[in-house]
Amino acid sequence: MKLPEIDLYLIAPEIILTAFGFLVLLVDVFSPKTERKGYLGILSLIGIVMAFFYTLPLMGTGKSGFEGMFVADGFSLFLKIIFLIIAFITLLISIGYAEREGIAFGEYYALILFSTLGMSLMASGTHLIVIFLGLETMSIAIYVLAGMLREDRRSVESAFKYFLLGAFATGFLLYGIALLYGATGSLYLKEISEYIASKNLFRNPMLMISLVFLTIGFGFKIASVPFHMWTPDVYEGAPTSITAFMATGVKAAGFAAFIRVFFTALPQFRPDWTSIMWLLSVATMTVGNIVAISQTNIKRMLAYSSIAHAGYILVAFVAGNDIGISGILFYLMAYAFMNLGAFTCVILLGKKGEENTLITDYSGIGFKYPLLAASMTVFLLSMAGIPPLGGFMAKFYVFSAAVKEKFYWLAILGVLNSAVSVYYYLRVTVLMYFREPQREITGLQFSPASILALIFALIGTFYMGLFPANILSFAQRSIAGLM
Amino acid sequence: MTIFGIPILSLLVFFPLLGAGVLLFIKREETLRWVALIFALLEFLFSLPLFFKFDTTTAAMQFVEDWWWIESYGISYKLGIDGISLLLVLLTTFLTVLCILCSWTAITFRVKEYMISFLFLETGMVGALVALDLVLFYVFWEVMLVPMYLLIGVWGDPKRRIYAAIKFFLFTMAGSVLMLVAILALYFLHQKATGKATFDVLELYQFGLPVGTQYWLFAAFALAFAIKVPMFPFHTWLPDAHTEAPTAGSVILAGVLLKMGTYGFLRFAIPLFPNAAYELMPLISVLALIGIIYGALVSMVQPDLKRLVAFSSVSHLGYVMLGMFAFNTQGVQGSIYQMLNHGISTGSLFLIVGMIYERRHTRMIAEFGGLSKVMPIYAAFFMIVTLSSIGLPSTNGFVGEFLILLGAFRSNTVYGVLGATGVILGAAYMLWMFQRVMFGKITNPKNEGLKDLNAREIITLVPMVILIFLMGIYPKLFFSKMDASVEKFLNDFKGRVEMKTDLPSPKLLAEIKK
Repeated sequence: MKLPEIDLYLIAPEIILTAFGFLVLLVDVFSPKTERKGYLGILSLIGIVMAFFYTLPLMGTGKSGFEGMFVADGFSLFLKIIFLIIAFITLLISIGYAEREGIAFGEYYALILFSTLGMSLMASGTHLIVIFLGLETMSIAIYVLAGMLREDRRSVESAFKYFLLGAFATGFLLYGIALLYGATGSLYLKEISEYIASKNLFRNPMLMISLVFLTIGFGFKIASVPFHMWTPDVYEGAPTSITAFMATGVKAAGFAAFIRVFFTALPQFRPDWTSIMWLLSVATMTVGNIVAISQTNIKRMLAYSSIAHAGYILVAFVAGNDIGISGILFYLMAYAFMNLGAFTCVILLGKKGEENTLITDYSGIGFKYPLLAASMTVFLLSMAGIPPLGGFMAKFYVFSAAVKEKFYWLAILGVLNSAVSVYYYLRVTVLMYFREPQREITGLQFSPASILALIFALIGTFYMGLFPANILSFAQRSIAGLM
Repeated sequence: MTIFGIPILSLLVFFPLLGAGVLLFIKREETLRWVALIFALLEFLFSLPLFFKFDTTTAAMQFVEDWWWIESYGISYKLGIDGISLLLVLLTTFLTVLCILCSWTAITFRVKEYMISFLFLETGMVGALVALDLVLFYVFWEVMLVPMYLLIGVWGDPKRRIYAAIKFFLFTMAGSVLMLVAILALYFLHQKATGKATFDVLELYQFGLPVGTQYWLFAAFALAFAIKVPMFPFHTWLPDAHTEAPTAGSVILAGVLLKMGTYGFLRFAIPLFPNAAYELMPLISVLALIGIIYGALVSMVQPDLKRLVAFSSVSHLGYVMLGMFAFNTQGVQGSIYQMLNHGISTGSLFLIVGMIYERRHTRMIAEFGGLSKVMPIYAAFFMIVTLSSIGLPSTNGFVGEFLILLGAFRSNTVYGVLGATGVILGAAYMLWMFQRVMFGKITNPKNEGLKDLNAREIITLVPMVILIFLMGIYPKLFFSKMDASVEKFLNDFKGRVEMKTDLPSPKLLAEIKK
C-alpha cells in the first residue's frame, strides 16, 4: 500500500491558524481570571501575521497535495491574503470592542482563528468534501460568534436564526454535492468536469438539479437575493465586530468556493448558469439597494448594502472572463477594507450599553468627531463608487468585465443601482455634516487597536483607488490556473 | 515646461490639494483665510505661463505629460491642453481666487472645512479640464462632486440646502454612471477593432465606429454632459443648487462646473462620435433654443435675485450649445467665448447678489428699490455687469452672442432668428430687474442705511470689470489662442461626417498596404 504524499508546507498557514487557535484557548484556561484579555487578541494577531508569512512563499508554486484535494494556487493564495487581512483587522477592532462588551473570552479569539481556517480550506479545496468541511468549520464558528453577547436577546436571535437557516442552506449544498457525486461518481472538481465532457452529460437532469442546489447553498453564504432574508437580522444582532467579519470574510469565502466549484467542475454548464446568475445579480443589487434606502439602523443599512455588493460581484461572475474573475478578487479586497472600515467607525461611535447604531445618532458628529466622521465618509463614498477610492476601481473592473462580454444591460442596471446607492450612503454624510446633533454623544473611548484598524482600512481604501495597478496585475496573475 | 521641477499641469492639478493639506494644521480662522488665498493666488500665478507660453500656431496638445497609471488596462495619466481648455483652466484658477476673497466675511463658521473643500474642488476642476485619458477624466469629474456637495449642504441657505445638495449630487451621478458604461464600451470596441487597449482620447478620436453604435454611446455621453450644462429638460437641479449655495459656490458652479458639460461635448462627445453628433444636431439645437427662450421667460418672473440669475444661466448656456452645434468657425468660437463670458458675467452677478445678501439677508427683488442712491459704487459695478450679461457692444457678452448667432444663422436661419429673440428677452429681464432693484424711491426703510462696497469687495469686482471690457474690446487676444484648435476640431469633424462611412481601422489599413 502506498502512503499518500503529505506536504505540510502546503498547509502551513492552516496549521498555524489551528495551532494558535488552540494556544489561545490554553493560555486562556491557565491564565488568571481577569476582565482584561487583550493579550489573547495580540496572540491571535501574531498567529495571523505568521500565517501570512507562511502564505507568501507558496506564491507561484501552484502546488497541490493530499491526493489533489488541496491546492495552493494563485487564486486560493490571493483569497487567503484577503481572509488574513480581514481577520487581522477584525482582531484589531475586537481588542477594544470585546472588552467593552464583556465578551473577551478566549473562545472569541480562537473562534475567529478557526473560522479563518475554514475560509482558507474553502478557497484551497479542490475536492467537494474539503470545501464542505471548510464551509462548516467557518460557519459553526460564526454561529457561535454571532451569539456571543449572551445577555442580548438580539444577539441570541441572530445566532439562532443564522444557525437554523444556515443549516438548511447547508443541507441544500450537501444535496447538491451528493447529486453531483451520483451523476459523475467523483468528488474531485477536475474529474467531475472531465466526466461530464467525456459522457456528454450536458442535459442530465440530476446535474441540473444539483446546479440549482449548489446555487442555493452558495447563494445563502454570499447573501444574494432571494437567499438573503437572514442577513439584516443576523447582522444587526451579532456583535458589530463579528458583523464586520461576516460581511467581508464569509462573503469572500462563499465567493471563493462558488467560483471554484462552478468554473472548475461545471464549466460546461456555463450557458445555463449564466442566465440564472444574471437574474440573481440584478435582483440582488436592486433589492439590496432599494431596501437599504428605508433603513433606520446603520447595521441593517450596511447589511443591505452588503447584499447589494454581492450583486455587483455577481455581475463579474456572469461575465466570467479573466477580467471578471480578477475583478472579483480585487473587489473582495477593496470591499474588505471599506466595509471593515465602516464597521470600525460604527463601533467607535458606541460605548458600553449605548451602541448608537441608529442612523440619526450620526447627526452632527461631523464637526464633533471630525476624523471619525471623515473616515466614515471616505468608506461610504468608496462603497458608493466615488473615485479615487478603492470601491470605484472595484466597480470599474467588475462592470468593464460585463461590458467586455457585451452584457450591456447588466452593466447599465449595475451602474444605475450604484447611482441609487449613493442616496443612502450620502444620507449618513448629510446627517453627519448638515444636521445639528440630536443628543449629546460623549465619553467615547477610542482604543489604540481600533484606531490602528481604521488607519489600515483607510490606507487600503485609498491605495486600491489611487494605485490599483499592482494589486490588479497580482489578481490577474493569480487566476492563471483557474481559467 | 516645469515649475520647481514639477511639470506645470501636474503642479496645477495638485497644488490646491497641497494647500488643502496645509490648511488641516491651521487653527486660527484669519490665518486659514489668508493661507487659502495665498494658495489660490499662487495657483493662479502658476497658471499664467500657460497663457504666455502657449504656442498659437499648433492645434496639437501642449504641455503634455504622459505616464502609465494602470498599464495592463491601457489607462494612462495623460494631461495636456489645447486652445479649448487653455482659457477654461485660466478661468478656473482666476475665479477660485475671487471666490476665496468673496467668502472672507460671508463664511463665518467651519472656515477650515470650507477652504479645504474649495481647494479640493479646484483640483477636481483643473484635473477634469486637462485630463486626456477617459478614465482619468472620469475620476476628476466625479471628484468635483463631493466638495461641491459639501459646499452647498453645509454652508448653503439653511432652508433648502440639503434638498439642493442631494439633488445636485444625484442628478450628476445618474448621468455620469451611464457615461462610464459608454466609456467602457468604447474601449472594448476599440480594442477589438485595433487590438490596442487604450483610454487615450486622442487615439480614440481616430476610431471610426458604425453610426448605429455611435448613437448609443453619444447618447450616454450627451446625457452626462447635458445634465451638467444643464440643457433643457435636465436643468431642474440648477436653480435649486444655485439658489441654496453660498455665494462663492454659486460663482464657481456657474463659472466652471457648468462649463464642464459644454467642455465635455467639445472634447469628448462630439469628436468621439461625430456622425451621431451631426445627425442629432437638430435635436440638440432645438433643446438649446428651448433653453434660451424658456430660461429667459422664467427668469423674468423670478422674485428672487439669485434664482433669476440661475435661470439666466440656463438661457446663456443654451447659446453655448446652439453655437457649438452650428458646427462652423463662428459658432464654435463664439461658443467657447461665451463659456468664458458666462463665467465672468454670471460669476460677477452672483458676487454682486452675494454682497447685497450679506448686508440685507434677503434676495427678494421686492425688498429692494432705489439702492443706487445709497450705494453708488455698487450700482456702477452692477450696471456694467448687467450690460455685459445682456451683451452690449464693447462688453464681452456682445462678442460671444454675436458670433454664436452669426454661426447659427449660417447653419440654419430659423435657429438664428429664434436665438436672437433670446437676446431681446435677456435685455428685458435683466434691465427690468436692475430697474426694480436700483432705481426709484427707497421704499423699504431698511435699505436707507446700507453701506457701499468696501475695499475687499471692490478688489473682488475690479478684475471682473477689466476682463469684461478687455474681452469686449480686444477679443483677438483670446481668439488667437483658440483659432488653431477650433479649426482642427471642425476639420476633423467635417472630415469624419463627409466620409459618412466608418474610418477603416489601422489594422485594415496596414493590410491594404500590404
